[in-house]
Amino acid sequence: MSGFSVLLRRELALSWGGGGGPLLALAFYLAVATLLPLAIGAEPGRLAAIAPGAAWIGLALASLLSLERLFERDYEDGALDLLALGPAPLELAAVAKCLAQWITTGAPLALLAPVAAVALGAEVRLAPLTFAAALVGGVGFSFCGGIGAALSLGSRRGGMLIAVIVLPLFAPPVIFGGGAIAAYAAGLDWRTPLMLLSAYSLAMAALGPFAMAAACRNALS
Amino acid sequence: MISALSVQNLAIARGDRLLFEHLTLSLGAGEAVALVGRNGAGKTSLLRAVAGLIRPLAGDVAFLGPAGPLPAEDARCQGLHLVGHHDGLKSSRTAFEELLFQVRWTGGSLASAEAACERLGLNRLRGLEVRKLSAGQRRRVALARLIAAPRPLWLLDEPLAPLDAEQRALFGTLMDEHLAGGGLIVAAVHDPLPVAARAVEIGA
Repeated sequence: MSGFSVLLRRELALSWGGGGGPLLALAFYLAVATLLPLAIGAEPGRLAAIAPGAAWIGLALASLLSLERLFERDYEDGALDLLALGPAPLELAAVAKCLAQWITTGAPLALLAPVAAVALGAEVRLAPLTFAAALVGGVGFSFCGGIGAALSLGSRRGGMLIAVIVLPLFAPPVIFGGGAIAAYAAGLDWRTPLMLLSAYSLAMAALGPFAMAAACRNALS
Repeated sequence: MISALSVQNLAIARGDRLLFEHLTLSLGAGEAVALVGRNGAGKTSLLRAVAGLIRPLAGDVAFLGPAGPLPAEDARCQGLHLVGHHDGLKSSRTAFEELLFQVRWTGGSLASAEAACERLGLNRLRGLEVRKLSAGQRRRVALARLIAAPRPLWLLDEPLAPLDAEQRALFGTLMDEHLAGGGLIVAAVHDPLPVAARAVEIGA
């Protein structure tokens, strides 16, 4: 396990350090949330109706931003060779990378999600659930995004490719996450969609690393 | 743990092109092999195949320990270092941060990383960002993990190319010590190695 913590610490340092880091995703999220009322119109009633859903779409898009560098930078500079020859299997290295991605991007975005939703006009009582759903969904976004990042290794314009691969796979968390908040707002059962969202994230965290490791091995060979 | 390397009848293709076939090579403790051959002959591919990063078209790579054959996966993850053209150093971090990660990841410690810095004369560079290092300095940082995290088999891809004469001599001494301690070295080179090595021509 020591190899895992060594890698996790390095990934966190790389994400916090130069090259955008989490602030870029946060700024992007804020920009999307700001543009939305300009496009849709600022009537509070209309905005409030779509606020939770819009907050979720913004979250999904912002999660895509830093994915391109997740494996690509290690692939380009040869560090992926080193990761393949380390004490931990590549599957575990992929877990460390996605976990670091979640900590540095997913969690800060989850903090911002209720702020964005409330700013768009959602009721304040929805904020805690929005935060919780964004935090849980962020795990799914990170691990699912990691699969796209690993699959696009070595391709030109990998960032666009990641978006095309990953966005369709983001449909379930967007449906369940947005659904949970809408259900809560309407006084319906919100636990079921939240549990489905958790199931999606857990499944991605459990299965994703195998896909990522296989894609990395394929890219290296 | 690895005390011998045996490559049997190896064939490697990249894309549609067959680089070489029927390559047989064996190497015991304390021996060095210099892979020579023209550019594109497959020296780097052979090193990567030994490291398990690319799958050969045919043939076997086997690692032997004192007690017999070792599982290839374990031998690769614990018993070999591969230092290639790409040194895996992140340009935005300092030389020592990157060195320390590489050393810890491959089984060394803070103390051994510091000792390796001392030995390779890297102390002056420790706090510099990797982007500010010259090619030779970057290579020295990458080579430091060889001595900071001891592993028996060194796979080196033109290790000396960017180094100056003094550093080549120093690295020759380190290679000698490694071999004297029962290590194995396979190096792809164009210039002769500073240690006694058997030359194997690739793609002849």
